[in-house]
This record gives sequence, C-alpha cells and structure tokens, in this order.
Amino acid sequence: MAERSFAREVQQLRVGDGTLFRGEGILAITKALLENGVGYVGGYQGAPISHLMDVLADAQEILGELGVHFEASASEATAAASLAASVHYPIRGAVTFKSTVGTNVASDALANLASGGVTGGALVIVGEDYGEGSSIMQERSHAFAMKSQIWLLDPRPNLPSIVKAVGDGFALSEASNTPVMLQVRIRCCHVTGEFTARDNVAPRMSVRDALENPTRDVDRIVLPPASFKHEHEKVKKRWPAAVTYITENRLNEYFGPEKAPVGLVIQGGMYNGVIRALQRLGLADIHGETEVPIYCLNVVYPLIDDEFLTFCKGKDAVLVVEEGQPNYLEQAFGAMLYKAGGTTKLLGKGPLPKAGEYTGQVMLDGLRTFLSDHAPDLLPPSGRASNAPPAAPVPALADVVPPRPPSFCTGCPERPIFAATKLVEQELGHHHIASDIGCHLFSINAPFDLGATTMGYGLGPASASALNDKGAKRRSISFLGDGGFWHNGLTSSIGNALFNENDNVIVIVDNYYSAATGGQDVLSSRADNPTKSTRHPIADAVRGMGVKWVRQIDRTYDVGRVQATLKEALTTPETGPKVIVASSECMLNRQRREKPLVAKAVNEGARVLKTRFGVDEDVCTGDHACIRLSGCPSLSVKSLGDPLRDDPVAAIDQSCVGCGNCGEVADAAVLCPSFYQADVVNNPTPRDRRRHRRARRVIDWLQTRRDARRLRFAHL
Amino acid sequence: MTLHDATRMPQGREDTTGAILKLAVLAVGGQGGGVLTNWIIDLAQRAGYRAQATSVAGVAQRTGSTIYYVEMTPDTGREPVFSLSPAPGDVDILIAAELMEAGRAMMRGFVTPDRTTLIASTHRVLATTEKVVPGDGRVDAAPVIDEARKAAHRAICLDLESAAVQAGSVISASLFGALAGSGALPFARTLYEDTIRASGRGVQASLRAFEAGFDGAAGKGTTQAEPDMPATGFGPKDAPVPIIGMPRVAPAPDAGAAPTGPDAQLAEWRKLAARIDALPAPVRDMAQRGLAKVVDYQDVAYGAQYLDLLDRAVSGDSAEQDWTFTGEAAKYLANALCYDDLIRVADLKTRASREARLRREQGVDADAIVQVTEYFHPRAQETVGTMPAALGRWMERSAGRMAWLDRRVNKGRRLRTDSMRGFLQLWLVSSLKPWRRRLLRHAQEMPHIHDWFDLALRERAGDYRLGVEILRCRRLIKGYSDTHARGQSKFDRVLGGLDMLRGREDAADWLRRLRDAALKDEDGDALNGALRTIASF
Repeated sequence: MAERSFAREVQQLRVGDGTLFRGEGILAITKALLENGVGYVGGYQGAPISHLMDVLADAQEILGELGVHFEASASEATAAASLAASVHYPIRGAVTFKSTVGTNVASDALANLASGGVTGGALVIVGEDYGEGSSIMQERSHAFAMKSQIWLLDPRPNLPSIVKAVGDGFALSEASNTPVMLQVRIRCCHVTGEFTARDNVAPRMSVRDALENPTRDVDRIVLPPASFKHEHEKVKKRWPAAVTYITENRLNEYFGPEKAPVGLVIQGGMYNGVIRALQRLGLADIHGETEVPIYCLNVVYPLIDDEFLTFCKGKDAVLVVEEGQPNYLEQAFGAMLYKAGGTTKLLGKGPLPKAGEYTGQVMLDGLRTFLSDHAPDLLPPSGRASNAPPAAPVPALADVVPPRPPSFCTGCPERPIFAATKLVEQELGHHHIASDIGCHLFSINAPFDLGATTMGYGLGPASASALNDKGAKRRSISFLGDGGFWHNGLTSSIGNALFNENDNVIVIVDNYYSAATGGQDVLSSRADNPTKSTRHPIADAVRGMGVKWVRQIDRTYDVGRVQATLKEALTTPETGPKVIVASSECMLNRQRREKPLVAKAVNEGARVLKTRFGVDEDVCTGDHACIRLSGCPSLSVKSLGDPLRDDPVAAIDQSCVGCGNCGEVADAAVLCPSFYQADVVNNPTPRDRRRHRRARRVIDWLQTRRDARRLRFAHL
Repeated sequence: MTLHDATRMPQGREDTTGAILKLAVLAVGGQGGGVLTNWIIDLAQRAGYRAQATSVAGVAQRTGSTIYYVEMTPDTGREPVFSLSPAPGDVDILIAAELMEAGRAMMRGFVTPDRTTLIASTHRVLATTEKVVPGDGRVDAAPVIDEARKAAHRAICLDLESAAVQAGSVISASLFGALAGSGALPFARTLYEDTIRASGRGVQASLRAFEAGFDGAAGKGTTQAEPDMPATGFGPKDAPVPIIGMPRVAPAPDAGAAPTGPDAQLAEWRKLAARIDALPAPVRDMAQRGLAKVVDYQDVAYGAQYLDLLDRAVSGDSAEQDWTFTGEAAKYLANALCYDDLIRVADLKTRASREARLRREQGVDADAIVQVTEYFHPRAQETVGTMPAALGRWMERSAGRMAWLDRRVNKGRRLRTDSMRGFLQLWLVSSLKPWRRRLLRHAQEMPHIHDWFDLALRERAGDYRLGVEILRCRRLIKGYSDTHARGQSKFDRVLGGLDMLRGREDAADWLRRLRDAALKDEDGDALNGALRTIASF
C-alpha cells in the first residue's frame, strides 16, 4: 500500500459530462485516460509520476468496472514492453514512468515498439524529472523520441491542456501508427487546477477480447526483412501522417498578434514561465493576452516545417525557448530556415542559458535581452534595462544557513545498517562502497558519508563488478534496495556477481516497499495486497540463483548483529558473493499502518506499550558521537542552562518513534549510558500493577533513605 | 499597509501581475507544508479567488528542504495564467516553517523590501551538519533574524513551533494563524477558521494553534521572539520537549538556595559556603555552582578539596584580570573532579529526581506505569576503574588478565530500572560512592587533574591568558569509553602544542585555536592541520 492514499480523490474519476473536475495534474491525466477509452495502463513508480501509479492503483475498482487492466510493472522496460498489446490489437494503452532514468531502462522495448509501429494508440507518459526537486542526472527525454521516432507531446502545464494532450496523443498515435510520449514536468504533475470532465468510455476492445482472438502480422515484427521496411515506413508513411494530423487538428497553438517584428517559439511546458516573464515586462496581461507572438509547440517532435516557416515570415527575429541541452529544437529550426533561405534571425541559447532550469528570473532575463536586442520598441526606454524594482542585494547568509539535503526519516530501518557499516569501517578501515538508487543513497551525506558511486537502479553491485580481484586484501561493499533488486538487480547485480565469481559483499536493504518512490509494494513486500502477489523473500531468490553465502537479518535495528554479519562477510574465506539481506519495515509506512491500530487498541482497553527514547541530560557529556552514528531527525541537541557546561547535550523530542537505533548504537559502539528506553504501558493488567507497586515500594524506600543521608540541591 | 499598496517603481510599462498574489512556503520535509498549502488554496477559493498551487515533492520530502508555491487572484470568470514557481523579487508572502529556511528563502531572493511579508518561525530544526560536531556546531541564528528585518517589507518572526505545541497541534496551524494575523491576505479571519473546520481532523487543536499564531502575528500575543530566546520559552525543567524544535538557550536555574539534608552535613556545608563568600565577587556564582556539583558528586569533604584547589587559583590572581583565571578554575575544576564513572551514572540513574524528569519528558503522570530500559556497555577498562586501586593496577599490568576480564564483562547490558532486579544492580554500583577515593579510577584521575592545574598555574605566572586557556582545555575531556579516550588524546595533543607556543605573544590565541579545532570534528583532522601550522612557525 502506498504512502499516500488517493482513495477519496479517485471517486472523482467517475464524474461525467460537464462536471467540473478539481485536483492535481496526475489525477487529471488518469481521468483523461478513462475518457479516451484506454484498455490497459501500466508503469513503474518514481517522482514525479509516483502518484500517477498510486492513483491508478487506488482506482482499480473503477478501472475494473470499465474493463481496463492495470499492471504495476516490474520495471520501465516491462511497462514499455507491455505496449506490445497495441501492436496487433486496436487497444489503447498507456504506461508511465520517471524520465530520463525510466526511459533509459525502457528504451530497448520502446525502440522495438517504434520500429514495428502500433495499431491501437500507445501513450508513454513520462515525468520529466528536471530542475529543482529532481533527484537524477539532468538530461532530456527528447533524444529518445528522436532516435526511435516516437512523437513527443509537451503540453502547456494546466489541467485542460494536459487532458486534451492525452486525447490528442492517442489519436495521433493511431493516425500515424506511432507510439507517443507525453512529457509532464515536476511542477506540472503536482499543479492544482480544474477542467470540465467528459464521460468515461469503455475500451473499444478489451485485453480479454485480444487474448481470446489472437492475431499476428509478420510485417509488424522486428525481424529482417520487416525491420528494414520499418525504417522506410517511418519516414515515408508514419511521419507525413503525423504532420498531417498535427497540422489539421492544430495541436500546436498560436498566441498574440499576427504581425510583429519578433516572435517566440516555445515548448508547451514553458508557456506559463514565458507568459509570466512577458507579464512582468508589461507585454502580456494577467490572462496571457500577449503583444509578442508565440508559437507554442504542444508537439515538440515532430516539428512542422510549414508552421514554423510561416510563423517566421515577416519577423526579424524569433527566440526558441527550449529548456535543457542539447538544443535539438533550435538546431532543427536553424536547418529549416537555412534550407528555406529564410532571413529571420534565430536565437535560443544565447539570450537564454545553455543549461539549467528556466526559472522565473532566467526567463525574465532571457526575454528582456532578446527583446532589447531585437525589438527595443516593445520595451519602454528604461525598461530596456529593467522595469522591476532594483533587485535587493541577496543577504549574505551563505556561511550561516546550513545545507539541508533529504535524509533518512525518523526511525528509518536503514539508519542502523549504515551505523553498523560505519562501525565496521572504523575497525577494518575504509572500503570501496558502491551505492544504488533508493532511500539508502542518503548514506552519501552526513553523518554517514558512505558510498562512492551510484550508477543506476539495481546496479549497485554491478557498478562494483570491475573491482573484482581475488588477490585483493580488501573487499568492496555494494548496497542495493529491495526495489532495485526486483527491478533488475537480481540478474544484473546478483547473477552477474555469481557468474563472475565475485568475492565481494552485497547488502540488500529490504524495507518491504519501494520506499523512496512512496511506498509501493514489490514482490517481497509483507503486506497483503488484494490484487498483487507479495511475500516472495529476497533471500530465497538469491539462494535460488545459487548464491551460497546468504545471511538474512530480520531486524536491522540490531546494530551489533548487522555489524558482526558485515564483518564476517568481509573476512570469511568463503568464495563467491556474500549477500546480506537486511530487512525491517520502512518506518514511514509502518507508522501509517500501525498508528490507527494502536490508537484503536488503546481505546478498546488492550495492553499496549508505547516506546520512546530519552537522554539523561546529566549523564550526557555533549560529545555527540551518538548523532554521528544516527542523524535521526528526532535526535538533536539542546542547551541545559548550566554555566558549568560548554557544549549542548543530546536530546530526543516527541517525534521519536522508539525504533531502538539510539540504544543499539550506544551499545554496539560502546558510547555512553545516557540513553534510556521508556515503554509506557497503556491499559496495564492487574499483574503489571502488582509488579509495579512491589518494585515501587522498594525503590521508593531506597531512594528516600539515600536522599535523607545526603545534601540535596534544588537546582541539580 | 498591505503589500498591494507597496510602492512600485513606475517605469513605463507596468508589471501586469499586480492583481496576482504570490505566496511561497519553505519548510523542512515532514513539517506539513502540504497541509498548509491545501488550506491556503481552499481559503482562496472560499474567498472567490482563483488559485493554483505547485510543489516539488519527491525525495525532498524526506526531511530535506521543500518548497510550495501558490498564486491567486480574484475570480473574474476568465482563466488567469499563473506561474508554476516563485521568482526572486516577485514574492508577496513568504512563509518559512523554520528559521534557516527563512534564511534560505532570503538567499534565493524570495524576500524583498518592496513587497514581501515574511512570516518565519524562529525555532530551529538543526541540520545534521550542526548536530554532528563534537563541540557546539549550532549556527548563530541572530544574523538570519537581522537580515529578515532588513530584507523583508514586513517581517513577522515568531516561535510558531512552540505556539503550536502548546496548543497540542502542529506548526501548519500556527503558520496559517500567523498568515491570517499578518493581514497580508485580504480575507476575513472566519474564512480561515472555516477552512480549518472543513479539513476535518484535529480541528479544535488546530484552531487553538491558529489563534496563537494569529494573535502573535497581530501583535497581541507573546510569541514575538528575540533571536535565540523563544519567548514562550521552555527551560530544561518544562518538558515535554517540543516536536523537532529545540531551544538553543535555556535560562540558568538559580543555584543560590541552600541545600537540604542531615544537620551534620549542613553544618559542614555552611563552612564551605562561608569560604565561597570570601571569594572575589565575580567568581562567586560559578564557585557556588561548582561546589554544589562536587558535593553532590561525592561529599562535603570533596567540596573542601575543591575549594582548596580554588584557593590556589585565587592567590596570584587579581581584579585587574577580572579574576578570569579563578572563574575558569571554578568551572573546570568542578568538571574535572566530577569525572564520569560508573558510580556517577548509577547514582544519577537511581535518583527520584531522575524518575520525575523522565516522566515529564515522556509526558506521563506519576501514576503511569513506565518500563525503563538502560543501555550499558561496560568494558574491562571501566570495570577495573571501580576496583580498589591496588587490585585494579595488578589487573591492568597483565594484558592476559584484562582480556580475561573483558571476555566476562564486555557486552551490552540492558537493565530494567523500573524493576527491582535492575534497579538493585545499579543501586549497588552507586553504593560504591563512599569508597570512590580508594578506587583505581580516582587514583588515575587525581594526578592528571593536578598536573593540568599545576601546569595552568605555572604558565599563568609567565602568561596570564595562556594559563586561562590551559584551564579551558579541560572542555576537551568528556564522555565514556572510546569517547573519553579520544577526548583525552585531543587534550594531550593540544597541550602538546605548548612547547611550540611558549614565549610567543599570541600563545594564548593559538592554544584557543587548537582547542576550537579539536572540537570541530571527531577524528581531529582540523586539530592536526592547526598543529602543522604551528610547527611551521
């Protein structure tokens, strides 16, 4: 079950014609899929489209009513491959994943899909994880569209436009027998808004119909000689069909006056940013009525030569607003202009920066530069410099404000794994540590500072595979999450290590979910999932593959045990990969699952222990060694107000979930005895009370006796 | 003045977004920035506005900095075009759910004097880099509040975290209240309250926190905070500890009150108190505290020993030097004499006062049944420390005997001090207190303390400030086990630099630098660097 539930929101998916639909971008996309008669949906979670997967999962009942199949794909490659259902059958299918990383993984299937072409509309919704908030390398999905000839939609970032793009995408796909990618950026996925809904439409052909009436067409299979034909078909048939469809249905939009000395050619996704810059320059009103003509590309691939050249006609200069690099659009437009003998000056990267997100200031500066160079009359004399208030100097706080990268949550079960690793390194020295994708990658930052590379999902151990030398006195340690393991780590990492007789150590961090993406279930999840098969242990899979040295740790909070196991793995003479499966439930999900249950049990009078940790402030000496092995948000420092003490002492606040890491670390690292664990007994039994009373009597007597024999200070 | 009549510089074409209100929320992941943003959107729609929110979710939610952005404008029946992200110099209201996030907002240019109402909670959620420092790594918050007052059109800096905690709610509610109280949005208070009611969960507590935030921002409440000192302050005695936020400064409790206890001991105490009164005025408070600590640690006789040592500091010190040496001696002698050993830990953990503090911290009353588990991990070194000195030395002389002992004692021990059995174990250890002076650890500590103190006195004769700095180096020794050994080693290395420094005009400054460097990181990298610098002189 995912971290965020959309159970309430998805009820909106049932609304029909004319109803106003309010919600986030991703919810709108789901509704649009249903309105357009989609037959199957699939995908793999990852920001910014994780919630799209969550919405689909929560909407399974509604999907089922319409006969729509939902597949929580094993990877992006699986998702893309599932679109094969639209090759021979006229079924509309849609898959979604994070891009560019997901598209990287999916590209094999996407290329094959694009070669043979599709009969039913095939839509790939990519969450473009670019700019602020992104967690991956900064690249563009655009290149994938070009290399495989998949059409790329980049709609304006508002709900009506996104919803329309879904319908356009299916229709374009069918009109040109080509899969279509629909790109939505981070903020677009989470933007709120409204649109007028239409009735949901059941698929023309369901996956059941297809299964019961199988067909095949050799010409659509990627195998010579068909594959050679596909290449020609792409440019002779499908491309012109797409151009015709895009032109006739006016998928691209124009804004502003027809005649002007300059114009802007923009990706649809840049529209709001461009309009805001024009608004701030006084060249557009609040509703987007602009004095500078805009040619807005809701389809960024293929480009429509005629539309562009017509737009340029009569203009001295046009600016291409194209985020990211390389500047594929600008290059293509340059070639078009040159071949057509155009004299319009083409600008893009130059007034706008070559790399980086086009944020508000960047867009404002870029447009102002372009306009003052090429249409100074549009700007007021003073505005050629600036019409904004002079920028206030940015306060010099760089030395004060500390960085705050994302980190492990309070009570995270992965924290003790890295605490143990740090302790092992203190004893055995530094090792080459390969990291993977997932929450466990936070080990890179303070306080653990562990991990040297991250090469892709499920590729942690694979990325250490070249460092394989039987004579070496030290082994490498690779981390891999349960998500990455099932995604492709089982073969690419574990299988590879086994086959190549790799002696190194692999730690699989199993927190019962694909946690970093929002807590979706994976094969090894322990939860009962009504529609998916779970409870397939990772250790069984690893053993099944043939790994001999496998250790299963069922409570990662046992720092001493993790430490000892890791040490054994690093020193054992046994050959072959040493695999440690360290399992404990993601605390974020566990709390969400258990909190209501605990509250209910307490209310019903059941005996429930509520655990939290604390620090005896007079025992703590303020060295913070415990924090250097934890970094838990609930473990902080505070001043005591005692003039005799210089350094703040450790303190645990009320957000502590009692995971036990503090005590275990203090024990394993032989720190100080200042931690205590307090288990408050809710609804104690008569036996609890009796024992408590008995102990209390003795303890009180001893304490009173000692207090009577010593000096007692009120302030101590 | 609301922000919409703030002066705009008329320069030809106007910015046409004057009718759009732009609001950004900067928070730490987990603070409920999403809840606040949803409330603001709901509020705007209730008020007949069109509004749009965006956020950057993803892994940033995992305790990192997060940002939410809202734009709104009166609904005229036609769709406006909103921006999806805030731009520097173009934000009307900036809500920072933590002080350093306010600093981050200012660094990004989201707070400008011509228009921005800044609503910042002054509490701190310490960043990991601040917490891991062996000394005090917390940044000084004052520059952020100073800059806030300069950078913002209007700065409302309140401790909205404790306002929320005191109302039994979370900071999103008090921030929402402060937004209402600031008057920066043209909406009636009742609309805000309707929004909270409609959200359906924890409504009463949210409304209380809302009110606290509202009153604070409207200047009616008491949450206006000075830098560093939350005015709704919670001293160390006023737990429960608030969620996430930790006070940087706590007021010092009064140490002037006489202790209570048996008459014989009180009589002895009064003699010692009289000696305190004879001390120079500037050092009396510190000496009073030091004496109380030492007597509490051991007994009145130990207190006399402390004062004897302190007397040596007084002779040779003078008012011209503000009695600095004596003041520091009063502080660090007390800390040195109260070295951390098993007996002390056992004593502190078996006191009735500890029990009371624990219950306060955990937020349970005296009747509640609380199971308390203590985490101990004694090693052979600590164990021989509690043996009679001769026996302990005999053990220590042989690695074999130590290894034998280590095998028996070196393991994690979890004691349930709420049970008779666990409590009695600790009680027995604490009962060794009267014999402490005859135990090995004491025999080891005393010469060390004397060496250090003698060294400080000797150096004082030649260089007063250097003597003071030597006293302050005692701060390096703290903790138990490895931590203690590491501190001891840093102490030795810092004082080892003395030979290179002695006679230099700036010897004291360099010793201070060495000590600060030693407190910067665990491994002593900064200290090694500083020592290399000195060696290059």
